[in-house]
Amino acid sequence: MLEIRNLHAAINGNEILKGINLTVKKGEIHAIMGPNGSGKSTLAKVLAGHPQYEVTAGEVIYEGKNLLELAPDERAREGVFMAFQYPIEIPGVSNAQFLRLAYNEKRKHLGEEELDPLEFKDLLKERAKVVEMDASFMTRSVNEGFSGGEKKRNEILQMAVLEPKLAVLDETDSGLDIDALRVVAGGVNQLLTPDNAIIVVTHYQRLLNYIVPDYVHVLAGGRIAREGGKELALELESKGYDWITNPNVAGSANLNAAS
Amino acid sequence: MSTAELLSTQEYKYGFVTDIESDMIPRGLTEDTIRLIVEKKNEPEWMLEFRLKAFRHWLTMTEPKHWPNITYPDIDYQNIIYYSAPKQKATKASLDEVDPELLRTFEKLGIPLTEQKQLAGVAVDAVFDSVSVATTYKEKLKKHGVIFCSFTEAIRDYPELVKKYLGSVVPTNDNFFAALNSAVFSDGSFCFIPKGVRCPMELSTYFRINNSESGQFERTLIVAEEGSYVSYLEGCTAPKFDRNQLHAAVVELVALDDAQIKYSTVQNWYAGDEQGVGGIYNFVTKRGKCAGKNSKISWTQVETGSAITWKYPSCILQGDNSIGEFYSVALTNHAQQADTGTKMIHLGKNTRSTIISKGIAAGRSNNSYRGLVKVMPKAEGARNYTQCDSMLIGSSCGANTFPYIEVMNHSSSVEHEASTSKISEEQLFYLQQRGISQEDAVSLIINGFCKDVFLQLPMEFAVEATRLLGLKLEGSVG
Repeated sequence: MLEIRNLHAAINGNEILKGINLTVKKGEIHAIMGPNGSGKSTLAKVLAGHPQYEVTAGEVIYEGKNLLELAPDERAREGVFMAFQYPIEIPGVSNAQFLRLAYNEKRKHLGEEELDPLEFKDLLKERAKVVEMDASFMTRSVNEGFSGGEKKRNEILQMAVLEPKLAVLDETDSGLDIDALRVVAGGVNQLLTPDNAIIVVTHYQRLLNYIVPDYVHVLAGGRIAREGGKELALELESKGYDWITNPNVAGSANLNAAS
Repeated sequence: MSTAELLSTQEYKYGFVTDIESDMIPRGLTEDTIRLIVEKKNEPEWMLEFRLKAFRHWLTMTEPKHWPNITYPDIDYQNIIYYSAPKQKATKASLDEVDPELLRTFEKLGIPLTEQKQLAGVAVDAVFDSVSVATTYKEKLKKHGVIFCSFTEAIRDYPELVKKYLGSVVPTNDNFFAALNSAVFSDGSFCFIPKGVRCPMELSTYFRINNSESGQFERTLIVAEEGSYVSYLEGCTAPKFDRNQLHAAVVELVALDDAQIKYSTVQNWYAGDEQGVGGIYNFVTKRGKCAGKNSKISWTQVETGSAITWKYPSCILQGDNSIGEFYSVALTNHAQQADTGTKMIHLGKNTRSTIISKGIAAGRSNNSYRGLVKVMPKAEGARNYTQCDSMLIGSSCGANTFPYIEVMNHSSSVEHEASTSKISEEQLFYLQQRGISQEDAVSLIINGFCKDVFLQLPMEFAVEATRLLGLKLEGSVG
């Protein structure tokens, strides 16, 4: 589904990603972990096409297409979704209005008929159950006045409505208390099918207790420093990132251990 | 597509010219011009006096070129044609006698006038250059006692009403453009809602400027008697010409005790091209008088067109407990200039006013809000709430707010809130990441920004306004 080869990316001339290689297949959950500043969020934003990041080398093939050639909205209509670490407020635009527009853009792209507001309301009601969201959120302005947890749930609601093929969750766990974390993670798990894939970007292992990854990739200094199964996350939790980023302290780790 | 490409594909779809023979008078403005207009229109002596008085006053006045935040070359008032009417029979027994070319023009503008196609629930007075060519549903409205006709007919058929109210809200010497209008106005709409009647349908006037050399000077007078209600809509378009045309209208509203007038405008005059060549100079005086107690006048305007907009729809809150409202969206793009706002003059006790203004500036345009809230000494307990929000798109445009607040009564309260924002890259990216194109994302954000105003518009107008804003901003970001 997704093949990232030797990806380099920069913001304001500072190179953040320095050669990322990653392959994601259908039905898989990949976790991207790493210390602050390692390039985790940059990777997520580059995949979504954030205009501030410049890809300086490498390629990203998504479903046989060159993803980097597509505009952000084209990527989205092709099924790439990013759950934002800091969801954006759109004053005066209701959640339902926004979601229907986004949903219908996707329908149009697939050559399907658009849903009218009433049909969409039914669909939205159904999908809102995934993240246990109350109907009152649908008439409120997008993310305006939402608590941190509500914003994150709203992201997963959007994912539930848009049914992406590839979902990139950027620090979806940050700022969530344990109950909200359970709801959000539960929602994500309900949305996983054998035909889609999820990349979970997170600093902490605790989210991975709920969304269990098939693979864990640890970023350090803009490169993947280590890869493994879900047990790697647990190891990180006990040893800390120093174990990977500063081998002299931790002793045995090899920066190029990833293979 | 690049921004430039998107801009060049943007179309003003009302820019066509109707090929029709017109009855025009020579250019220029003297007392003889006014006599000629009066003669053409078969007006009574008192109208001639009204016009001459205005004209003589106009000669002593200077154009307000300095205080508004707009610039334009000098207008040669002797080079304008003050009367231009499509040639047709003077009195039309029915719509069948209206020139088919005119009917086709209005149909193309989305305003079908023939009986089979008339818009349901909306009566339309169609004004083409200097004259009203047709008014729909006149008979049906008459059954309810509602008078809705062209100004020319009103002077002929209801002289007492016209005499009583014409110039009662905007005196002939009020300002330069109002004086000019009073001297030369050629047509417009007259609405009279009798005591206790709730007008059964929306009334509307559609203004079309077709002649490249003429100005349009129309007059609207709406009188709502005790306890009556009317909702009135106004739309306007003009062909694309390289030269500027002057549109100087006067609108007067009078609401007696417990009466309510809701006046909505979607202004889409030709705005000129990207370089600022051509477009309408929209210099308009609109004022409503809440003459009676508990009366209410609401202005809602969506101003998207014109090279220059200079207008301040105002309310004189004379009756105790009367209410004035002003809801405005003013959008400027390319080289457009707008200096618009309102005046709320509190005279009566417990009078209330609300001002919600949303200014959107894109391109190299300049968008100013100018508003006066004046509380007179006897306006015990008067209250005003003003909210002025500006949104900038790109970095070459300008937005200004000029609030004037004069309070002469200590028991009153006046609140003013203002904000300026930009569409952020993060907002656009967020919406695009959900599959929404950049243009749609801008429209969505702008519509959200204008929501409080759009909510005030009648349904069909709200849809039109939403569509229009999207169209006008196409390609302005990126």
